[in-house]
Amino acid sequence: MKLVLKKIISLIITLFIVSLLAFLAFQIIPGDPTTKLLGTNATPEKVAQLRSQLGLDRPVLIRYMDWLVSFVKGEFGTSYTYNRAVSTLLADKLPVTVLLTVLSFLITAAVSVPIGIWAGSTRNKWVDHVFVILDQVLMAIPPFFFGMVSCFVFGIVLRWFMPGSFISLSESFSGCVSYLILPAVCLALPRIAMTVRMLRSSIQEELTQNYVYTARSRGLSRSGIMRRHILKNAMIPVVTFLAVSAAEIMTGTIIIEQVFTIPGTGRLLVSSIGNRDFPVVQAIIVILAAWIVIVNFTADMLNHWMDPRLRQ
Amino acid sequence: MKIKKNAYFITGGILSALLTILIVVGMFWTPYSTTAMNAKAKMQPPSWSHILGTDNFGRDVFSRVMEGAGTSFVIALLVVLIGCVCGIVIGSLCGYYGGIADMILMHVCDTITAFPAILLALVIISITGGGAYNIVLALGILFIPSFARVVRTQYAGIRDLNYIKSARLMGVSAPRILYAHILPNTLPVLIPAVTIGFNNAVLAEASMSFLGIGIQPPQASLGSMLKDSQNYLNSAPWYALGTGLAVVLLILAFSLLSEGVQQGSRRS
Amino acid sequence: MSRRNIALLLSSAMLACALGTFSGATMVMADEAGSASSGDAALTVGLPQDLDNSLDPYQITAAGTREVLFNVYEGLVKPDTDGNFVDAVASEHEISEDGLTYTFTLRDGVVFHNGEEVTIDDVLYSFETCAATTTSTAVAGALSDIQDITADGDKVVITLPAANSSFLSTVSSVTIVPASYTDQATAPVGTGPFKFDSYSPQDKVVFVRNDDYYGEKPALAKVTCKIYDDANALFTALDSGSLDMAFHLTVDQVNSLSNGYNVLEGEMNLVQALYLNNARAPFDDERVRQALCYAIDTDSLLELTEDGHGAKLGSSVYPSFRKYFDESLVDAYPYDPEKAASLLQEAGAEGLSFTIKVPGNYTPHVDTANVIVEMLSAVGINAVIEKVEWNTWLTEVYQGRDFDATVIGFDAAYLSPDALLQRWVSDDSSNMISYNNADYDAAIEKAQSTTDDEEQVAAYKEAQKILSDTAANVYLQDMADFVVLNPEYTGYEYYPLYAVDFSRIRPAQ
Repeated sequence: MKLVLKKIISLIITLFIVSLLAFLAFQIIPGDPTTKLLGTNATPEKVAQLRSQLGLDRPVLIRYMDWLVSFVKGEFGTSYTYNRAVSTLLADKLPVTVLLTVLSFLITAAVSVPIGIWAGSTRNKWVDHVFVILDQVLMAIPPFFFGMVSCFVFGIVLRWFMPGSFISLSESFSGCVSYLILPAVCLALPRIAMTVRMLRSSIQEELTQNYVYTARSRGLSRSGIMRRHILKNAMIPVVTFLAVSAAEIMTGTIIIEQVFTIPGTGRLLVSSIGNRDFPVVQAIIVILAAWIVIVNFTADMLNHWMDPRLRQ
Repeated sequence: MKIKKNAYFITGGILSALLTILIVVGMFWTPYSTTAMNAKAKMQPPSWSHILGTDNFGRDVFSRVMEGAGTSFVIALLVVLIGCVCGIVIGSLCGYYGGIADMILMHVCDTITAFPAILLALVIISITGGGAYNIVLALGILFIPSFARVVRTQYAGIRDLNYIKSARLMGVSAPRILYAHILPNTLPVLIPAVTIGFNNAVLAEASMSFLGIGIQPPQASLGSMLKDSQNYLNSAPWYALGTGLAVVLLILAFSLLSEGVQQGSRRS
Repeated sequence: MSRRNIALLLSSAMLACALGTFSGATMVMADEAGSASSGDAALTVGLPQDLDNSLDPYQITAAGTREVLFNVYEGLVKPDTDGNFVDAVASEHEISEDGLTYTFTLRDGVVFHNGEEVTIDDVLYSFETCAATTTSTAVAGALSDIQDITADGDKVVITLPAANSSFLSTVSSVTIVPASYTDQATAPVGTGPFKFDSYSPQDKVVFVRNDDYYGEKPALAKVTCKIYDDANALFTALDSGSLDMAFHLTVDQVNSLSNGYNVLEGEMNLVQALYLNNARAPFDDERVRQALCYAIDTDSLLELTEDGHGAKLGSSVYPSFRKYFDESLVDAYPYDPEKAASLLQEAGAEGLSFTIKVPGNYTPHVDTANVIVEMLSAVGINAVIEKVEWNTWLTEVYQGRDFDATVIGFDAAYLSPDALLQRWVSDDSSNMISYNNADYDAAIEKAQSTTDDEEQVAAYKEAQKILSDTAANVYLQDMADFVVLNPEYTGYEYYPLYAVDFSRIRPAQ
């Protein structure tokens, strides 16, 4: 319990630092929201007027404190670029990104675990080589390149998929999911490769442990040992890894959403950085950071819970 | 550490050697100029004279891949170097001494990891300005936390082992313990971390170019070429595929080599 | 059941689910496209960028927003495809002989999209609000010159202190909006052939037919504009058939189109140039600027970047401006590297090196800069490119004037050469290159104040000639603008300014 409390405090501190850093970052990079809003029509008077209208003429620290106070109260502010509440914007975009992350995570887990177990229990040298090479190749492909090529192959050559014809969640859930399958697979592939490899070597390591020989000599069947002992131990690092993957997949959506034109938080983040739309960027960064910290914490907890050696 | 020969080590070694030769040669000589344009030779498919075809300005893709691979290679190498050296220093001190400084530094590392890399890169680029060296700096800083974390865990585990304790009792100086006694023992973990870091650095440079803040044209890097080739996937697929293949080969060569080193040292 | 079997079952179920929904998805799409034959045709269009933060007609700054809201908003008069002004909310307009009095008669029974009838008060309100709030300095300037504006029955009478023959273009920029309506920024209401229906940021904006339109009603019942922020993603969507129409495409994209859509060619209506900071050495020396003009082979540039499409420019006006466009300036600086070298030598600027700042997200400008760098290296000039983010460009180059050179395209916000030429007047706030030429200022002043059409044209041409003679910038081209349309539709027409008119598009049969 004490550990949980400590982690929660650490989470709050991290989020505070992240939001402060983001705020300071906006003071450093050139341009403020008025630049993009006024574009080539800007005059010094108009800039000054808009700045005071948006409250940008107040001192930096006061603006940050204001933001912090309202954020703690649950108010995310109003987007400069879209003229609507950040919470309304996010209510639209966040579910899409979450759905994409969940889909991708499910695909990763559902595909890599069975394959990894199979690969770990066969003792064929060639299967081994195939997995190592496949793993290396999949890791070597830049994700956006993979997305680009799959858009091209599935969208234009094979015409199985209509890139850019995203169907929003409110229109049709199944339509939305079907559009997200391909991007989710693109996100999942490198993780599948890594998980399979990890599970395989983890199982193989367990297979050389003494207890396996002991169990064998006691007459237990191979599959029985596999189920009851080996998997239980071999899954420990893999579960941790999968949990961490959930964080990486979420970060990975930023680029994949660009490539597949998915209106999610990743695209909103990139364009809002370009627009210097501080309230939006701040809200997304805090959400992303919270997700990463929570996921890492969950991974730690899972590790503790599954591995008796760490439970002291 | 002795390395037994194995298939990965040999394949990775040969591939890396070939690529290195190609890259080094590319720094002094390429079959065609990497910048000269020719409207009459735009987007030609691969042929004997242009083995990877030509791009939208009629430039030889293979020559540009040679140059681009060099740029990407040097950037990735420097990024890993910055990340690794700073990571080792920070990680070793944190892991060995622990305490409040350790807690704070690791918290900073967590924060950097939780922070969107694009925004951080933008900040650094806007302070330092664009160009290859500043990209190295921006990415290098981004790469420190992952190395620091790996190194820290290793040091925290090793510092209480008996041989370190006795070294301390014998009055061996702290830097000596840190870098002569402990560091070599972290290599089995550090080497794969460096390889993965190298892969990630190549990909990160490509992603930055993808967002339009990477290398300045007409200089080529594999990332900026991939980004440019995107517009011609349909009319000149060889441009994207040739470049993509070069990225994959570059990363593959070094990760196979590292895999070979690991397997070899595990067996011996 | 063993754990292994459960896992396998799970993964095969996932696969089946994936395949199942895939076929479902194509069915949904099939419904979406190809409905052109039915009575209520709906068009899906790709937008190359998101809309502005405010859809209020007077607050719009981006050309990309203005061109689609062209379908929603109208002024008393509006431009047609030939560049003339035709009556819109006014049924007729009359200009007194001395050019000082404009009389507009309100059209009978024009109804706003919110159902209210347009009254003379709305017109006066629109003029007042526009003058007070517009983001366009040029429109604000022209409106502030108005001496008097009064309502007389169903007529609006505007009196000017001095004649201004481009005043109708100002009137066309004053869109008529309801006086009692306050949500213009998020839910625009106008009088145009299409009504605004909904907008979801980074996703889509939907327009529906205005069934109460006074003019010819559009054939399309609904236009859905899908928003892309990446040209490549837009193109992939277009080529795969999920869009019916896209505009502002490049030659390379059109060349790779594989779906059999119709391709129309026009011009972007942009002045693309290598803009030079006239206040900064060595570009404060006319000879250096001229040397650059001679050193850049525009024909070869067009060949490299656009397969020879696009129109060459010699000054800050593009060809769609017809009578104002001075064609003789196009070849004022033929490609002549020797002359360039000797001019540089004369100016003592051999081995010149400078930086070209380009907004990195606009591929055509980056490509052009790329070609320029290569051409300049042939005469020993070392130019380097610095790609910057759009916001940085606006801050550093446009507002800060901290640059050597940049490649960009300027469009005309309204149909008057002023929209393109006013900015180079010495004290204009948007004179990014700090151009300073008394003769030029005088020529523009003269063009704006004269009532005589011929005199005005002559004065604008004079101004262009000065820009060309002094080599204010290295003028390049008005890029080709390709519009791609599903063959089930027809009727797209180009305008001489940034406008995409959906009202003329109709099913092909």
